[in-house]
Amino acid sequence: MTEATTAAPSRTATAVRLAGVSKAFGSGSAALLALDNVSLDVAPGEFVCLLGASGCGKSTLLNLVADLDKVTAGTIDTHGARVALMFQEPALFPWLTVTGNLELALRMRGVPRAERRARAAELLASVHLTGFEKKRPHQLSGGMRQRVALARALALTVEEGEAERGKTLLLMDEPFGALDAMTRDLLHDEIERIWRERGLTVLFVTHNVREAVRLGDRVVLLSSRPGRVVEEFPVEMARPRRIDSPEVASLAARITDRLRDEVGRHGS
Amino acid sequence: MAPEPQTTEQVERAAPADRETHEGTDPKMAVETSKRPADVNRQIAGLDALELAAGSKQALPLRIWSALWPMLAAVGIALAGWELVVLSGWKEPWVLPGPRDVLPDFAELVTDGRFWDAAGLTMRRAVVGFALATAIGVLIGAAVSRSRVLRRAFGSLITGLQTMPSIAWFPLAILLFQLSESAILFVVVLGAAPSIANGLIAGVDYTPPILLRAGKVLGLRGVSLYRHLILPASLPSFVAGLKQGWAFAWRSLMAGELLVIIGDTESIGTRLHFARELSDTSLMISVMIVILIIGILIDQLFGLADRSLRARWGLDGD
Repeated sequence: MTEATTAAPSRTATAVRLAGVSKAFGSGSAALLALDNVSLDVAPGEFVCLLGASGCGKSTLLNLVADLDKVTAGTIDTHGARVALMFQEPALFPWLTVTGNLELALRMRGVPRAERRARAAELLASVHLTGFEKKRPHQLSGGMRQRVALARALALTVEEGEAERGKTLLLMDEPFGALDAMTRDLLHDEIERIWRERGLTVLFVTHNVREAVRLGDRVVLLSSRPGRVVEEFPVEMARPRRIDSPEVASLAARITDRLRDEVGRHGS
Repeated sequence: MAPEPQTTEQVERAAPADRETHEGTDPKMAVETSKRPADVNRQIAGLDALELAAGSKQALPLRIWSALWPMLAAVGIALAGWELVVLSGWKEPWVLPGPRDVLPDFAELVTDGRFWDAAGLTMRRAVVGFALATAIGVLIGAAVSRSRVLRRAFGSLITGLQTMPSIAWFPLAILLFQLSESAILFVVVLGAAPSIANGLIAGVDYTPPILLRAGKVLGLRGVSLYRHLILPASLPSFVAGLKQGWAFAWRSLMAGELLVIIGDTESIGTRLHFARELSDTSLMISVMIVILIIGILIDQLFGLADRSLRARWGLDGD
């Protein structure tokens, strides 16, 4: 499939295992079931795209994996991986410079003060933002902010050594949803490169079918209200892919049809 | 979620994808992709450059002038209006003297060292009262913002205190502390502390939820959550509270100095009081102008802090 998976041999067969995960909000008759019995195994170094229409509980699922919220039923096992979560908004701290934002993340990750500056510079270089250290988030464009947010997420997953490769889990909640198509295409290339270089395991939530096919080793289609796994589509195409290539388009068309069937069930 | 860009893009991409087929599947692709990273870097750098069209910044003297001339114009208009009222003969000139009579008196007043001793006492009271109000406001604000129960209990009470005219506190203050510094301090603190507490509470309340989520992902909890996220996030609102608190403190202090006259101490308030006793309207107006100017200057300082904070954080939109 990809170099990333072969380059990341691991004792555990899965990086994340979701078993029968359900999540309800509220209680009693007013309870809203967001996720219903979702089971999913993600291999170390795998890039999995979660795809679904509104209300499929994609974001809820990521919150659960990131331990920001508790499951109602089922289990989530991340095997002690370091988990970072990225949102559609960059959510950078406006009172800190770009470097300051990264250094805070490194600090919370337990990186000693003396190393933080250099580590932050490395991270910035990896998202091609060297030279913007002293800028504040509002001085950057949307795409650049999102790259800083990516660097900050990576800061939370910095590894101690090669042995830990593949032990970091990056959760992305429609990270490029608010960007223009041009910027998004370039960031697809970026995230793919970083994923390969670092041997990350990625759970990527989107409602953009082509984006899912462009990026994923596997596309997991979720139903809406409540979210259930409808079908999984392995994406067996060489990388790097182009979002506008015919192969991507044809698989995307198949998935879109399936997604529309699923959405259509809510119309009647 | 932002469904709009999604739909437009889908429409756009529903068109046949034949424009790219020439490099879709053929063996050339391997060559194409090997040189891609460099291309991508260049493209990203290009996009960054395009998106960062720098706004031109005016030179400092020009900016100072553009901020200053409207103020000067406003002062000029006010003086002209005042002169017109005097010229209209509405009041006798010894009851309401015009700017031509008052301005020389004003100049004499502000060049008098004894007046600045009096102003010094007033400013000491203002600083001490405001500092105490800040300390108390922060303590109350921090306590109330931490707990929902406390907020329900005291939130509206604090806002209520804010609307209470400070002069209404003086009868009680004089009963409690007699004609003393403490009576003035008491009212100044009561005037300013609620605004300062409210500023802090509002700041904590309106910490953007997305930043709180990001903070959780970073692992900020308890003290570190406050130190690295909630306190900095509430700073603009806190500064706004300080600014408003200052305005209330200054008003309370002036009321206090007129009502609570302690022995033979001299302050700006006593100057105003005795000018009235002596029916020296010109001196009275001069003292009032000083009060106004001090108030404006300090308000400008807070405004400066507020604006630079907002500009640095990008809160005003670019």
